[in-house]
Amino acid sequence: MNLWEYVKDRWDLIAFEAAQHASMVAQCVLVAAVLGVLIGVATYRSPRTSAFATATAGVLFTIPSLALLGLLIPPLGLGVAPSVTAIVVYALLPIIRNTVVGLRGVDPLLVDAARGIGMSRRRSLTRVELPLAWPVILTGIRVATQLAMGIGAVAAYVSGPGLGEQIFSGLARLGGANAVNSALTGTIGVAILALLFDGCLVLLGRLTTPGTRAARG
Amino acid sequence: MPIELRKVTKSFPGGGEPAVRELDLSIPAGEIVVLLGPSGCGKTTTMRMINRLIEPTAGDILIGGQNSRDIDPDRLRRHIGYVIQQAGLFPHMTVAANVAQVPKMLGWGRERVAERVDELLTLVGLEPQTFRDSYPRQLSGGQQQRVGVARALAADPPVLLMDEPFGALDPISRERIQDELLRLQEELAKTIVFVTHDVDEALKIGDHIAVMQRPGHIVQYARPAEILTNPASDYVEQFLGGGSSMRLLRLTQVGDIELDRVPSASEDMDARDLLREVELDGRGYALVLDGMRRPLRWLAQTDLETLNGPVGTAGAPVTSTIGHRMTLQDALETLLNSDTDIVPVLGRRRAYAGALSLATVQNAIQSIKARERERRLRRGEAR
Repeated sequence: MNLWEYVKDRWDLIAFEAAQHASMVAQCVLVAAVLGVLIGVATYRSPRTSAFATATAGVLFTIPSLALLGLLIPPLGLGVAPSVTAIVVYALLPIIRNTVVGLRGVDPLLVDAARGIGMSRRRSLTRVELPLAWPVILTGIRVATQLAMGIGAVAAYVSGPGLGEQIFSGLARLGGANAVNSALTGTIGVAILALLFDGCLVLLGRLTTPGTRAARG
Repeated sequence: MPIELRKVTKSFPGGGEPAVRELDLSIPAGEIVVLLGPSGCGKTTTMRMINRLIEPTAGDILIGGQNSRDIDPDRLRRHIGYVIQQAGLFPHMTVAANVAQVPKMLGWGRERVAERVDELLTLVGLEPQTFRDSYPRQLSGGQQQRVGVARALAADPPVLLMDEPFGALDPISRERIQDELLRLQEELAKTIVFVTHDVDEALKIGDHIAVMQRPGHIVQYARPAEILTNPASDYVEQFLGGGSSMRLLRLTQVGDIELDRVPSASEDMDARDLLREVELDGRGYALVLDGMRRPLRWLAQTDLETLNGPVGTAGAPVTSTIGHRMTLQDALETLLNSDTDIVPVLGRRRAYAGALSLATVQNAIQSIKARERERRLRRGEAR
């Protein structure tokens, strides 16, 4: 059986796993984006707290994904919970860092103008600073999405949902029938999904940044 | 709306000497007051305390009689126009959205905001249809600063703060936008606090100028002509640089000084009568005017002596003229380039209003200086 026949044969299962994978990554990145931007917004004004936030996220980032997933089994068990937690943790770093960098990169003159014409702190943040930092933040989200795709595949190790199942079961049966086909299907599927997501985010960027090039910084 | 600073002090934490020290300044309503000084003299800090972008450490600031401490800072700033260097337009918003920010915060309806935006763009000389939907980066520096001014004027605030607004512009755009600010001010009569380190800009724009010295105090607060003719200290004199007389030339309009009176005549005047007038005047020439009193020809006494009957078309045509709204500097330029020693000045509807020669300009500058000296003495006595 070649790869093509394998995919055709199990199309329903593969499509289901791909959809699960996509949905898991999308939700995790969304959570990470909201959390990351909030943390970034809360800390960017003080160099000390923002350094602390990025350093913490950085330390978590250096833990190998398999180890982190393993560490999450005792408190969270198997399945969706540890997978989602791990993906969110990994996705946080690029988003926090880019939020801080993006907000710090907004021309102080513009913040001064915003305050000077009577915008409150919050209004200046939502109307001026965040929109200007948005291209940088979005780049962070794109990186986070690529990461989440990969970590999502590894999450099959803790019985997480998604295409990782194909890869792991293939690798477990190496030498057996369809082992390579299975691993290949999972890998290629993840790669295709990653490209699709990235395309969507680029499009989102185009649609949400009127009249500006990337914010300075 | 007048603004009054009373013993205002600002020290920054760990900054040592205060940036502004016990500063008193009263800014009359409807005037442009320029804070002039080198960088680090506290002029921007002083201005930013008025709209509470910086909170004073001590002292009071009264805006229209109300203490600024008693007004919520965001609300206060919505009623004080704010213009900064390079305009500070929000690059992700259209020109219209930039101008609309303050009215939107004040809760104006959509239609009223749109109407106001068009009105303001027209006011600052930008065609609304062309510029409304552009983004700031599509505009030249001068156009951006016009939008900056429009944004500051959006909610028709009685007070305008301008922090080196034209500093980043090329000399030609700067000159033009300064003229336009003065034209606007004639219409709007706002109370404007204008910060600059450019002496010529200060002299041109200011009704009053406060010359500031590091650290944070005012060494002279006076009208431009007085600052030029009577600098309060060596520091002021040094900061102004040389050429106070040249600057007075730039500050004074031809219409403000006493002009020469040259005998004038219409074409149908009898040459004998005119000759008598010219002889009486002693200068040796007369000016022939048309029916609308516009200068036509110079007529010398020697020519007149040969004439009988009406003056007619005798004489040499007038080649250069000076408008009464020109600055003395521009008038001097015309004089130097003219082939006659004396040039007619045109008043309203280009009618003959007098004449100008180098000696007249010289006398005028000297009499301005004398007048300022006298004013000073009188004030000294009053004290």
